[in-house]
Amino acid sequence: MLGHKVAQSQFFANLKRYYAFYTIGFISFVIVVGILEQIGVPVKILGYIFLFATIMLYAGIGFMSKTADVSEYYVAGRRVPALFNGMATGADWMSAASFIGLAGTLYHMGYDGLAFVLGWTGGYCLVALLLAPYLRKFGQFTVPDFLGARFGGHLPRFIGIVAAIACSFTYVIAQIYGVGIITARFTGLEFQVGVFVGLSGILVCSFLGGMKAVTWTQVAQYIILIMAYMIPVVWLSVKHTGIPFPQIAAYTSALPKVTALEKEFNDKASPKGAKEESVRVIFRKRAAMANDKLRGLETNGDAFLAAEKTKLVDAAAKLQASPTADPRTIDAAERAVRDFPRDAAAAKDAWTAEATVIARAEPVKPHAEAFTANGATLEEVEANRGIAKKNFLALVACLMIGTAALPHILMRYYTTPSVQEARVSVFWSMFFIFLLYITAPALAILAKFEVYSHLVGSSFSSLPAWVSNWSAVDKSLMNIADINKDGIVQLAEIVIGGDLIVLATPEIAGLPYVISGLVAAGGLAAALSTADGLLLTIANAMSHDLYYKMIDPHASTIRRLAVSKGLLLCVALLAAYVTSQKPGSILFLVGAAFSLAASGFFPALVAGIFWKRANWLGAVLGMSLGLGVCAYYMYLTYPFFGVNAPLWWDIDPIASGTFGIPAGFLGVVIGSLISPAPSKDIQDMVDHVRYPSFSTSLSAGAKAR
Amino acid sequence: MQLTERHKKYWGKNLRMTSALLVLWFVATFVVSWYARELNEITFIGPLGFYMSAQGSLIIYVGIIWYYARYMNRIDSSYGVDSGDLD
Repeated sequence: MLGHKVAQSQFFANLKRYYAFYTIGFISFVIVVGILEQIGVPVKILGYIFLFATIMLYAGIGFMSKTADVSEYYVAGRRVPALFNGMATGADWMSAASFIGLAGTLYHMGYDGLAFVLGWTGGYCLVALLLAPYLRKFGQFTVPDFLGARFGGHLPRFIGIVAAIACSFTYVIAQIYGVGIITARFTGLEFQVGVFVGLSGILVCSFLGGMKAVTWTQVAQYIILIMAYMIPVVWLSVKHTGIPFPQIAAYTSALPKVTALEKEFNDKASPKGAKEESVRVIFRKRAAMANDKLRGLETNGDAFLAAEKTKLVDAAAKLQASPTADPRTIDAAERAVRDFPRDAAAAKDAWTAEATVIARAEPVKPHAEAFTANGATLEEVEANRGIAKKNFLALVACLMIGTAALPHILMRYYTTPSVQEARVSVFWSMFFIFLLYITAPALAILAKFEVYSHLVGSSFSSLPAWVSNWSAVDKSLMNIADINKDGIVQLAEIVIGGDLIVLATPEIAGLPYVISGLVAAGGLAAALSTADGLLLTIANAMSHDLYYKMIDPHASTIRRLAVSKGLLLCVALLAAYVTSQKPGSILFLVGAAFSLAASGFFPALVAGIFWKRANWLGAVLGMSLGLGVCAYYMYLTYPFFGVNAPLWWDIDPIASGTFGIPAGFLGVVIGSLISPAPSKDIQDMVDHVRYPSFSTSLSAGAKAR
Repeated sequence: MQLTERHKKYWGKNLRMTSALLVLWFVATFVVSWYARELNEITFIGPLGFYMSAQGSLIIYVGIIWYYARYMNRIDSSYGVDSGDLD
């Protein structure tokens, strides 16, 4: 025991030294790339250097951690110190959506986007208080392992496998999607090629060393991603406010100015407000015209379409005949004729899309205002505000409970040396995640300040470099046009894609390209580390739980690992294939994964630890009811499935878990109470997980070997 | 293995601390968001409702988890349940 402790503290000291060297090495690497940039190496080459150097680095760590030991493969040998497990969990947790998408979501949604910030951090309180120490004491390999041992029989384990695969696979697709987008953007490779390049980085790592390799790679990835996120934001904060702490400067210095500007933009009497209004009038007119045409099409059909086309043809002919007409106006009229929709269906689509420009005529949403709502009357606004508040709270609850139920996160707490370290390790996880999550809202405010105070009011002939660069690269990220033809930028003339905020921050802050490359490497690290953890969860659920525990309990170690690695490869290829088909939006996938995990796992896991009476029938009923209700509500309401049934209690589909979680708890309670209490062995096992010192082998199979 | 009085006391303490911290978590999350509009009237490093959801509640979460780990690891050793030999 004592020798073991000495060895562990020596191991911890070595790890600290390795990662300190690693961090210094990485910083030197960034400086070298910076020097290469200064001596004129093309930007595209720098992008490739960053991409391949980091992927090689992860592959190298994976190769050094290769293992053929079952405990090392599944739980990294259970010797990961709390601090490092915290970093690994941080990287495992923070996905492409957190790294690239979150600040943009907050930029657009203001307060209402904070549901994601709260949900993705507060869930760790539930992990710390209700799950992590107990799962660590239980001490096997996977989450379905716990369900199988606690509730007995194969069925609870099997439902656990289904739930683990369902939520992890949905989530991994979102990650690989992120990998594809980042590689494509920074190297110019095709999206599909980017997906497979990124995938090779994931595979080399988890394939050779399982959880051990994934753990040490994730620590390395965390260090890169947090540096990549912080450096540009701190710089931006210094530039705007002179304070190097964006998390404070954004609220004390930038937010009041943003709020004042918002008021001005919405006040038609002020000079800025009057200019905004002149753009909004144009959008309102365009939307009204589109709606008129849609009505005409509905009543008169093809005849209306033909008449409209004749009008345009006549107008163009008239202009051509006129000797004084401006050639550009003639061009525009001819283009209008060329682009005229071919048939009624195309016309309906085009005009419906055009009618949505009414959204751009809306007044500016105050950033700090909670639960924004629209409506014709005051009562209507109040009613809609109530709905917005309800949905905000429901989403927070689903994301939090989902956090505490995602198997790839819970699995990480099996890897610490003791229950005590598991508790401390949740603290470090929360702390490392917290660093990024308190910075994202600050970044959103600083970026908004830049746009409102510097971009708005500048002249179209001399746009800031980052604006012209990004609008040339991708119109969906930065779309700017002089709608009212006054030569000056108004806020209503700018459309910004959410991902732009993080991607363009280095340029907004006036940093060299090398920092943009670093941000891309950080985004890649975030996506790859999460994908690593998820793929391993899926492969382990199938190889350990399904194959070893249910199909062939006598399989040899070599055979188990071979099956696991084979499955990992198949799952990864399948996930990459599905991703390359570009299904749905990332937000849809992420929301679905959290609600499914929350409804399927959380009730059964918590009841398994805190309620001795919970039994086989309770678990089976609770998990299937939770998953069933959640999936059924998604099917009814997500536009993707095309049913579009009315919402229940006005809850948005992204918070489907609002119905799944209570259904799950109800199922556990009813199922347990209508069937006999669990056996003495199983009740003893519950005591075993509750007390860190109860370690005598209890017959419920609690000891894993 | 038979549970002793000591074990029951330990578990009771754990449950009380867990419930207290869960209440704090609930207030920091749901009660604070529920009154976000009202809190926004107060200025504390920016509008308070906004500040809490963007940063204040997160600081409370870090505190909750830190305190729980410290508290439990201490009672583990004072109740002598910490010497578990784990695989």
